[in-house]
Amino acid sequence: MRRVHLSEIIKQLVLVIGAIIILAPFYQMITTSLKAPSEIADGTLWPIPREWHAVENYTEAFTATPLARYMFNGVIVTVSIFLLQILIALPCAYALSKLRWWGRDVVFALVLFCLLIPPHAVAIPVYVLFHSIGILDSYAALIVPFTISVFGIFLMRQFFMTVPDDLVDAARMDGISELGIVWRVMLPTALPALTAFGIFSVIAHWNDYFWPLIVLSSREYYTPPLGISVFRNEEFGFEFGPLMAAATVIIAPLVIAFLVAQRRFIEGITLTGMK
Amino acid sequence: MSTPEAIYADEAARVSTSAARARARYQLIATLLSAPAVILMFLLLIGPVIAVFLLSFTDWSLGDAEFNWVGMATYDEMVEDDIFWKAITNTLIYVGIVIPGSIILGLGAALLIESVTVGRSLWRAIYFLPVMSTLIAMAVVWEFMLNAKFGMVSQVLGFFGVEAKSWLQEPDTALPALCLIAIWQALGFNMVLFMAGLTSIPRELYNAAEVDGVRSAWDRFWLVTWPLLTPVTMFVAIITAIRSFQVFDTVHVLTKGGPDNASMVLVYQIYQEGFEFFRSSYASALTMVFLAFIFLLTLVKVFAIERKLHYQ
Repeated sequence: MRRVHLSEIIKQLVLVIGAIIILAPFYQMITTSLKAPSEIADGTLWPIPREWHAVENYTEAFTATPLARYMFNGVIVTVSIFLLQILIALPCAYALSKLRWWGRDVVFALVLFCLLIPPHAVAIPVYVLFHSIGILDSYAALIVPFTISVFGIFLMRQFFMTVPDDLVDAARMDGISELGIVWRVMLPTALPALTAFGIFSVIAHWNDYFWPLIVLSSREYYTPPLGISVFRNEEFGFEFGPLMAAATVIIAPLVIAFLVAQRRFIEGITLTGMK
Repeated sequence: MSTPEAIYADEAARVSTSAARARARYQLIATLLSAPAVILMFLLLIGPVIAVFLLSFTDWSLGDAEFNWVGMATYDEMVEDDIFWKAITNTLIYVGIVIPGSIILGLGAALLIESVTVGRSLWRAIYFLPVMSTLIAMAVVWEFMLNAKFGMVSQVLGFFGVEAKSWLQEPDTALPALCLIAIWQALGFNMVLFMAGLTSIPRELYNAAEVDGVRSAWDRFWLVTWPLLTPVTMFVAIITAIRSFQVFDTVHVLTKGGPDNASMVLVYQIYQEGFEFFRSSYASALTMVFLAFIFLLTLVKVFAIERKLHYQ
């Protein structure tokens, strides 16, 4: 057996201290969501409640505001955005990587230029546009601005470049149309890249706050981040138990998915590093 | 009877017309395949950027039927606006604190996790957890943590004799508190980027250093790891800068730029002018400043990527 080095013990200790700080907010969130108001007011850090109040807090979180509705909206919006992004980006990425045509370099240059534009910078004109066509305060307002993912086009183009031309030619010989090649040949080969992009896209839009805040006024379209900020302002004020319960519910889906498929999630998120 | 030359010429003409036809066909197909993306790019990205640029030279407010061209008047107003300078200063301070904070801690975590023998994937998962968590929800939790009466931070600091205060409501501590939350969230992200960088350093270099008598981990770090990691560090620094330059969520939920503009940042001012006061032209001028910073940072990033490729 290997001797355990002193340095290993010290390093592990430092990591434990770091982890305690990293996990502290999660600890506070979850333990508070289980406690009664009086106990929260005592400010005790002890994890186990004297008197379990979990059922009350979580029930309150779901009944005082339409939390389930917010979650449902979050799913609708993120899934729609991702599907539309693929529908629009993949054919373009294919044309940019596997076809020779006039204008290809111009379109690619446009993609690179658009990569520079942060969403905050176009908010005013897009808001005015949506206002004039009357789609503010709707699912469409939440989804449409993100249907174009230049990052998706860029990423898929890079990936398609590595797919051998022979595969495309063989598909043409079999009489598959160009659009058919995109969906039946390119898409299956690109599945790993697409998964990473999907994770990146879903996380970005599940967590997005700026845009929903601007375009929404009706509660019925609220996404989870908007839901919780309203929660805090109006319904609960200083009722921390239900508020922390709601926060737990909102971060749970992504955190659980992450713990199940750690490696894929880290890949997907670090993709933003390229952005 | 046709001569062989005539047959060749005939065949060549046939091939070239069919090649031309194939080219025309692919031109059409490629145009159709990229059309939806190109149209949306113009409608939702390029068009709006041009619109923001033009709007910044007008006096238009949301809802106005008409507008006037006012030249640089909006920019003149901006230069005179104390809140604008406060926002710029605060944003730069914020970026200036979050970059070193999240890089030093992210690199530290990466080095530690890479060097231990047990529990690597557990540690990585824990340190990465904040990156995954909805920032707005965690901001609400942090607000509770920083609560002067029952928050964990105040209690722990109280244990060490530091007096509790409403950190987010005090002019001196509001911005640092926002930086703390940002570092807490960005650390894990930077950590995984550094881990990728560390694995690309060849093992032989460490062996060679050992042969040359470099014994301590400290010396190994400064002689081998740090120089080889410089391009990655540059890259991580710029990404962190671009991301933290866009800080908005925590400001909107926790401080609203206050107290007394102590935590006013650029994107929050854009939001306020554009969507609370509806002064679209002023918000557009602010947006142009914001875009200038982002473009500048991206140029540096492109330069850094080239250096990174150069090193590899």
